[in-house]
Amino acid sequence: MSNAHEKVEKNVGLMIVLTLIAVSFGGLAEIVPLFWQKATTEPLETLRPYTALELEGRDIYIREGCHVCHTQMVRPLRAETERYGPYSVAGEDVWEHPFLWGSKRTGPDLARVGIRPITEQWHREHLRDPRQVVPESNMPAYPWLETTQVNWKHTERKLRVFKDMFGVPYSEEDLNQQLAKIEGEWADATEEDALVAYLLSLGQERKEVIQ
Amino acid sequence: MSDFWSWFIIVIVALNLLGCAGLLLWNKQISPEEAAKETTGHTFDGIVERNSPLPRWWLGLFIGTLIFACVYLALYPGLGKYEGALGWTSSNQYDAEVSLMERKTGPLFEQYAQVPIEELIQYPEALAVGGRLFANNCAICHGSDARGAKGYPNLTDNDWLYGGEPAQIVTSIAAGRKGMMPPMAAAIGNTDEAVRDMAIYVQSLSRPEIAKQADKAAAIERAKPKFMVCAACHGTDGSGNQMMGAPNLTDAVWLYGPRIEDIEHTIRQGRNGNMPAHESLLSEERIHVIASYVYSLSQPAKQ
Repeated sequence: MSNAHEKVEKNVGLMIVLTLIAVSFGGLAEIVPLFWQKATTEPLETLRPYTALELEGRDIYIREGCHVCHTQMVRPLRAETERYGPYSVAGEDVWEHPFLWGSKRTGPDLARVGIRPITEQWHREHLRDPRQVVPESNMPAYPWLETTQVNWKHTERKLRVFKDMFGVPYSEEDLNQQLAKIEGEWADATEEDALVAYLLSLGQERKEVIQ
Repeated sequence: MSDFWSWFIIVIVALNLLGCAGLLLWNKQISPEEAAKETTGHTFDGIVERNSPLPRWWLGLFIGTLIFACVYLALYPGLGKYEGALGWTSSNQYDAEVSLMERKTGPLFEQYAQVPIEELIQYPEALAVGGRLFANNCAICHGSDARGAKGYPNLTDNDWLYGGEPAQIVTSIAAGRKGMMPPMAAAIGNTDEAVRDMAIYVQSLSRPEIAKQADKAAAIERAKPKFMVCAACHGTDGSGNQMMGAPNLTDAVWLYGPRIEDIEHTIRQGRNGNMPAHESLLSEERIHVIASYVYSLSQPAKQ
């Protein structure tokens, strides 16, 4: 009897099974139920899907590694909401694939940058040469965005993946509208245009919280 | 949360706690004295491995964590739908934090709001608060030293596009300002020469010595009559108009740069200034304090 622990210690298979059960308890109780909670699965009423231009801007944001230095997650602490804007809630990230919460703030949080009093022109100047507008900034410059055109080759496919696999409610009409704009007003859009459009879209769904 | 998931969580948490308790009690059955007699049968270099139970002090700590867990689950939300005796939520905690700060700083801002901006600049604490608010809300464009950047006005030089009186500063912050200089090349002749002439003339308004240079005097003579179209906003003498935010061209302050190329660019492409409105982001009292800070920056004598 007192040596019963030998059975576990000397039987690797049994030990693995018991270990898995012990480890899975936390995930089962804390994570699995979230997959069925409205707060985490339903988008905010004010959330709107990205336009094709913003979606490409988001991919440039990922390509250039912006998320490595900038978070997109305002925590419910007064010091953070005072600086950035309303705190983040799960419902605003339902259509984010992948989410860009980040984990380290070398630069400021950007989850609300679109509703801060910052002009489009400032964003452009800042991306081309951050020290032109913020002398003490240590952000790298991204001057090539201004002169590189957006590559629209995969945009339709991306929009369809978001629609069909991730459940973003683009209607066929929406998609056609976006595709028409890609052919039309956005045909010569630069990567800077796309990235700035994406940045200005950030936080719009929580704008009403300020008023 | 549905009843199913609520019970799902409760059952797992309860099983977990009971499982840990059971394991500990089972381990406790064997006393250290008994264990001393029993070995696992392993010997190595004369060292015998005994079947000792967990140290009692460690066991005690573990049982302590189980008791802590029970108390925690009674006070805080953790068991499915049960909200906990304290009714704690993260958004409540946030609201409490915000209203505590509001209670602490509210009277202070109210007190500052009673003091006219002209006087408030003599309150060092108010200026310190204003400086913090400036750093958080204004420094991104106007710079942490408020000296601005190309296209973003310097707020310390006592040169104002829309006026530097306290009320005008408050309006600029609260309602924002939209400056718009249209492209003017077409209106002054639409040739490179005409644009260059005008740029030289504009430069000469703040640097009279330029007019004395023989090669530039002719350009100035050519541009001078055409300046009438500029005068609608900048005034016949080029001293600007704060009602429209038209810059004074006769001082040596240049929002977009003093070089001939900068001035030519402004004439050809026009310029758009955009100071965003802040009234929906900042309370009136805070704008009052920020305005005092900004006002103080160009009032060194009174400080």
